[in-house]
Amino acid sequence: MLGLNKKDTGLFLFVLALIVFAPFILNPFPESSDLARFNAGYPDLMQRFVIFGIFAIGFNILFGLTGYLSFGHAAFLGVGSYAGVWMMKLLTVNIVPALIAAIVVAGIFSLVIGYICLRRSGIYFSILTLAFAQMSFALAYSVLTPITAGETGLQLSLADPRILEAANASGTIPAANFFGLEMRSGFDWAVGDWVFTFNFGYYLCAVFMLIAFYISIRIFRSPFGMMLRAVKSNQQRMGYTGLNSKPYMLAAFVISGMYAGLAGGLMVAVDPLAGADRMFWTASGEVVLMTILGGVGTLLGPVLGAGMIKYFENIFSRLNESDLNALFGFLPDFIQAPLVTVAQMFVGDGWLMTLGLMFMLIVIFLPGGLLEGVQRLGALVSRKKKTNEPSQPAAAPAE
Amino acid sequence: MKILTVEGVNKSFGGLKALNNVNFSVEQGAKHAIIGPNGAGKSTFLNCMIGRLAPDTGTVMFGDISLTGMKPYEINQVGVSRVFQTPEIFGDLTLLENVMIPSLAKRDGEYALHPFKRMEHDAEIRDKAMHMLEDVNLENKRDMTASSLSRGDKRRLELAMCLSQDPKLLLLDEPTAGMSRADTNKTIDLLKRIGDRGITKVVIEHDMHVVFSLADKVTVLAQGTIIAEGKPEDIKGDPRVQEAYLGGAHL
Repeated sequence: MLGLNKKDTGLFLFVLALIVFAPFILNPFPESSDLARFNAGYPDLMQRFVIFGIFAIGFNILFGLTGYLSFGHAAFLGVGSYAGVWMMKLLTVNIVPALIAAIVVAGIFSLVIGYICLRRSGIYFSILTLAFAQMSFALAYSVLTPITAGETGLQLSLADPRILEAANASGTIPAANFFGLEMRSGFDWAVGDWVFTFNFGYYLCAVFMLIAFYISIRIFRSPFGMMLRAVKSNQQRMGYTGLNSKPYMLAAFVISGMYAGLAGGLMVAVDPLAGADRMFWTASGEVVLMTILGGVGTLLGPVLGAGMIKYFENIFSRLNESDLNALFGFLPDFIQAPLVTVAQMFVGDGWLMTLGLMFMLIVIFLPGGLLEGVQRLGALVSRKKKTNEPSQPAAAPAE
Repeated sequence: MKILTVEGVNKSFGGLKALNNVNFSVEQGAKHAIIGPNGAGKSTFLNCMIGRLAPDTGTVMFGDISLTGMKPYEINQVGVSRVFQTPEIFGDLTLLENVMIPSLAKRDGEYALHPFKRMEHDAEIRDKAMHMLEDVNLENKRDMTASSLSRGDKRRLELAMCLSQDPKLLLLDEPTAGMSRADTNKTIDLLKRIGDRGITKVVIEHDMHVVFSLADKVTVLAQGTIIAEGKPEDIKGDPRVQEAYLGGAHL
């Protein structure tokens, strides 16, 4: 289907199903139960899942295939955001021009930065990209304040020209929309004690993630993707084989930069505000974590990693003492009290500690990321099933 | 006709003169061996030809193309392939991919960005790669990861990679180093077979058995200078060569 082989088609349909049914999958607990606080099916978070999914998929095309670790990809996300908001200010609050501008501007920006940074490899490449991203961050706060609005962040205002739009007499800033469909529009569906939220903004972002995922599969399976893996494997040999690795690297860098730009554009499409903190180095580090956590160089890994980190960031960081007390309320007091004290260190502001621990555990025990864990589980299950059947050749690792 | 002409090549590393005014040429279709004791400058010499090192002075001409100053991928694109002393392969990729990459480089040039082309649809490249793997008896391992091969297999794979480009000139740097006698003989047979395809070969070798089975002309390098050149039988008895190899001890 769509030029994918059977295995990849399965993977694509799996992601499609995840995306379509996300409002159900992420809201497994009834509203009135104590566990409802672990529900993640609200539009804001679901949008973040898919947007950061796009970011991580793109990052993985560079890092996963070529092994070049960029520590500055948040800069492209930030640039995409600024370009997006400017389009919404100047042209129209329809998000289409904003997204196109976000991708194009991030693409050009990454072409320039990539051209310079790719003169070096390994740690020097990482440091160069980091330096460029921090430079962009600093510029956005200082010299470029007229464009970036500095610390306040770039946002829409009533006085914006919006030249493609009819005169606005309502006295309010029009909402971001896709040909009239507002990004924030949607409806709730209550089934018994469950409430499922369907949001247009989420589904639009999800369609973009699906397209991004599809393109990533095609790149992985193309001769281009094979050359990128060859770069990671033995760049020297590539040279003596008659291949100039530079154009391949630069193309991968620009493609992943455009993915980041698209993610930045979608961020402002669902919430028209762009701040320089999006370019800070921690944001670049986050996408590295997502990719490693999910599984470097795998197709599905980055999506899982992005989902996981965003889930922890938004759910665990909101838990507080009373939440924990309620959760452990079924235990006798003398167990509950110390348990809550210990657990408290890992929630709220301590969510980063949870993340750090998980990251360590995964890197040590599952170097292939979450996806390796899933595969090992799968292998374990199928081995048990096969005890009575004649042994079959081990399945090739799914990507 | 001379396919490779090296004139007046000098190369120094700090105070060490690795190559001292080397003049060397290879006839089209020849099987030419370069021998010499350790540290004679053989690998440096090869590196100067292939663009890994830039000679301090002198020229390297491939036919009427000057290779001096060209990048390694440009040198390969004009038809020079090289097998390394330690096999340089794409360890994370499958054997089939390892052989497809050089074929793609040969067909599509130094780069071709096809992000949407489907690899499995490229039957031409695939068939050729399969054919090359059959040539070196690795076709049964085509879906294995190249890094899991034994050293001898890695060398054969690298040879298949080079041969899949139909090079005009093939440079081999100790193609049998570290191999068992059986593997060495297999490699010699293989190299003899490809000799029939009209590929000019330059072999650096320590093992005299290999040299005498493969080469029709031998150049002896010692301390960065060519001290003898001629047919294998003549070289064998040359006192200068014995001196260089054995430090003047009497046989």
